[in-house]
Amino acid sequence: MYVAVKGGEKAIDAAHAWLAEERRGPVDVAELSVAQIKGQLKLAVNRVMAEGSLYDADLAALAIKQARGDMIEAIFLIRAYRTTLPRFGASAPVDTGAMDCDRRISATFKDAPGGQVLGPTFDYTHRLLDFKLAADGEVPDAPRQDVVAEDKPHIMSFLDDEGLIQPEPDGPDTPPDLTRAPLDLPATRALRLQSLARADEGFLLGLAYSTQRGYARNHAFVAELRIGICAVEMEIPELGFAIEIGEVELTECETVNQFQGSKTEPPQFTRGYGLVFGASERKAISMALVDRALRWEELGEDNLGAPAQDEEFVLSHADNVQATGFLEHIKLPHYVDFQSELELIRKLRREAMARGAQQEVEA
Amino acid sequence: MSDYNFAYLDEQTKRMIRRAILKGLAIPGYQVPFASREMPMPYGWGTGGVQLSAAVMTGDDIFKVIDQGADDTTNAVSIRRFFERTAGVATTQATREATVIQTRHRIPEAALSEDQILVYQVPIPEPLRFLEPSEVETRKMHALEDYGLMHVKLYEDISAHGAISTAYAYPVRVEGRYVMDPSPIPKFDNPKLSMAAIQLFGAGREQRIYALPPYTDVVSLDFEDHPFEASKADHPCALCGASDSYLDELIVDDAGTRMFMCSDTDYCGTRRAKGHVGTAPTPPRQEETT
Repeated sequence: MYVAVKGGEKAIDAAHAWLAEERRGPVDVAELSVAQIKGQLKLAVNRVMAEGSLYDADLAALAIKQARGDMIEAIFLIRAYRTTLPRFGASAPVDTGAMDCDRRISATFKDAPGGQVLGPTFDYTHRLLDFKLAADGEVPDAPRQDVVAEDKPHIMSFLDDEGLIQPEPDGPDTPPDLTRAPLDLPATRALRLQSLARADEGFLLGLAYSTQRGYARNHAFVAELRIGICAVEMEIPELGFAIEIGEVELTECETVNQFQGSKTEPPQFTRGYGLVFGASERKAISMALVDRALRWEELGEDNLGAPAQDEEFVLSHADNVQATGFLEHIKLPHYVDFQSELELIRKLRREAMARGAQQEVEA
Repeated sequence: MSDYNFAYLDEQTKRMIRRAILKGLAIPGYQVPFASREMPMPYGWGTGGVQLSAAVMTGDDIFKVIDQGADDTTNAVSIRRFFERTAGVATTQATREATVIQTRHRIPEAALSEDQILVYQVPIPEPLRFLEPSEVETRKMHALEDYGLMHVKLYEDISAHGAISTAYAYPVRVEGRYVMDPSPIPKFDNPKLSMAAIQLFGAGREQRIYALPPYTDVVSLDFEDHPFEASKADHPCALCGASDSYLDELIVDDAGTRMFMCSDTDYCGTRRAKGHVGTAPTPPRQEETT
């Protein structure tokens, strides 16, 4: 029997204490350290940094620990922390062309200046459970080789030189920021990209996949996918020039998509763009496909009514912190509203049955 | 908590919210977009209301939080504790003592006064949302005062059910201009929307604030031949005997016996303290719970 009761305060305290105990798990097993999470669950940490919109691996690892491995909960913890931080200013645009790449592949050219670098990828592993790992996770050192540092210009720049790829107009000097201004529709591409960079990986993956299956198909090739470290520079007013203030790991994906042309313009390829904190290539590729689908209007394409083309739909539902909060709020008591529905349905049924009875008498 | 500003939000954010509040008060019923912040509680759990309360709160305020009319529901407890912790303000369960009251789904039974502020938590601020999913379209409809769709919906209700089948979040027209969602209060509460206190509505996830200044004309939508009717369960409160308050329906035993009691716990408690009694003067399971 459930009855609305007093005692909410005590119940909450007890629930929190229980939660803390559950988080710790069996005490005869060593406690997980933040350093272990940061060092050994790096892709989880990356996802929390990307969707939490805060580049801090230590805090992200702490959030994962505190959230008991629930990624969206960890992202939420980071967001709620991030929103309290003061904002000193904006960095100079990060030069991803100068990225120190761990991984750099192109699906459109077999080779290009800078070469193809596989990096630490799951791609060609056989997905067989490694039972040895259950007992012993130590591995021999990976083979090393000295390489001559070589520039890795963006693959897209080679298409650009030939005029084969549609040029991008310059964005606004100060990019919009949806964490400081309410979302205003229609959104600019810069705002869309910000929203997508913070968006839920699963949601973007599903949308991107839907474009591949024919819901606003845009024939994407991965022109380039690169993962590596980029310097972050900031202009210091007192100095009058930009200095490096730190480094971030980024994943960047540029897609080259079906060409378009018109009577006045010769055919050109178009592009989609994805940029994500950390090594998050599934997200970066998804973002590029969804970005491209959302560009239908500016590229003069038809609106096919596909979900991935609907800016309002995508931007309003891509944020997992918003989505999970609203979804889960239906756990909260709604007895007042339900009570009013109960009364209404009883009244409507009473009236309907009275009408039915009267019709029977008249018949 | 010394790392956080008074009432959690930084002063710049509060100023931004206060500007939105002032705009909302100047255009009653109009939804003002604002740059809602991530709060340390989930979206959909009162972040809009919490941001409003934080923006209007001063150190001298006495704060009350109700959810479903009750001070002791879990989320009301959680929000009250949040402000005890981050603002150190005094809190109360007495409607009359409070200067700021944050509410979810109810308007207190006792009439509020001019020196009180009632802050509503709003899930979906757009009254036209379930008729038109696009925000771009609904903003246009408000701008053009194009509310035909809403009237058609209410008319279709009557033709299908013989009555308007909206029991809560019943739409209102403010000062003859904007159609407004009063948040999911039962329609029983709608007549109280014209009141002496300032009413602020906050939707955090949807990034909207709207407001009703004191004594604003608020009319529940209806038709001449189907006038609006505020309804409640046709019972007195089993605890205090009140016949003018909104009631919760409880199932009190395995045979499904029902019991009705005030949803506004302060109203009920105040009446009982004055000696009013109903048919079942002991609240079920209330004393024994720990």
